[in-house]
Amino acid sequence: MRPVIPYVTAALLFGLGVYGVLRRRNAVLVLMSVELMLNAVNLILVTADTTARAVLPHSGQVFALFVIVLAAAEIGVGLAIVLQLYRLRATVAVDDVPLTELPDPVGGREPAVGDPEVGR
Amino acid sequence: MTGADVLLLALGAVAVGAGVLVVTTKHLVRAGLYLVVCLGALAGDFLVLSAELVAWVQVLIYVGAVVVLLLFAVMLTRAPIGASDDLDRPGWPAALIGGGAGLGLTALLVDAYRWSTVTLPSAGTAERLGEQIFQSWVLPFEVLSVLLLSALVGAIVLSRPDIGRAAPQRDSTAGDLVDSEPGGRR
Repeated sequence: MRPVIPYVTAALLFGLGVYGVLRRRNAVLVLMSVELMLNAVNLILVTADTTARAVLPHSGQVFALFVIVLAAAEIGVGLAIVLQLYRLRATVAVDDVPLTELPDPVGGREPAVGDPEVGR
Repeated sequence: MTGADVLLLALGAVAVGAGVLVVTTKHLVRAGLYLVVCLGALAGDFLVLSAELVAWVQVLIYVGAVVVLLLFAVMLTRAPIGASDDLDRPGWPAALIGGGAGLGLTALLVDAYRWSTVTLPSAGTAERLGEQIFQSWVLPFEVLSVLLLSALVGAIVLSRPDIGRAAPQRDSTAGDLVDSEPGGRR
């Protein structure tokens, strides 16, 4: 087995994930590109498990399992944030989100919560 | 080239091709379905690399749960039936940085491994991985369980906008609270 083949696959997938994160405007598509990057890391870990003889056997595969769990937690919280953003602003385009916004008073935020639901 | 190399080449080509389609397609739903193809090909890669448990966990969690969750999010936010033109921003910096990262890593790994061969180790079955997890990696395993619990609670708190504000408003404006309740449960 030649380990350079899965290594090159993982490197190309990671580059595609970086490209997708920087290129896409839709927040759900950004999350999909993050999944591509995490899977490239998983492939690196599993391949390194075959090429490097560690003291503990199968360490790379154990770490790949840990990364899969981290990805599941990340996608849950990320999608909660995306759905909350859609509820507040009725858009999921990441470059429509102002990064330097003055904090609203609590009373002023109430109609913003209700607005997209009234329009629906 | 052995049979494992041919399989790895074919599955890697499928994974990279589906990944290209994920980041370039104009259809939101199709991006999720191409992601299924990419993750499935990677699960096949894991099987060839003798990581059985990781492959089946990948199929269960990624293809079974994560992609379904992503498709749910696509449907809940906006579900256009055709192509949408506003998915991308102009992307020379993205192509530069992404291509640089991908090709740089490729050059590094090709230079490090150069067509050398290794023999596959013993298969990573559930029994062997379970021994390793519960003997050598118990502490990270428990920390991960705490992290999953906190992510669960965090997702619930984030998606219920009435949780953080309910306590100070209960006495004064009970009518507003009742009005905002159905929106929070939706």
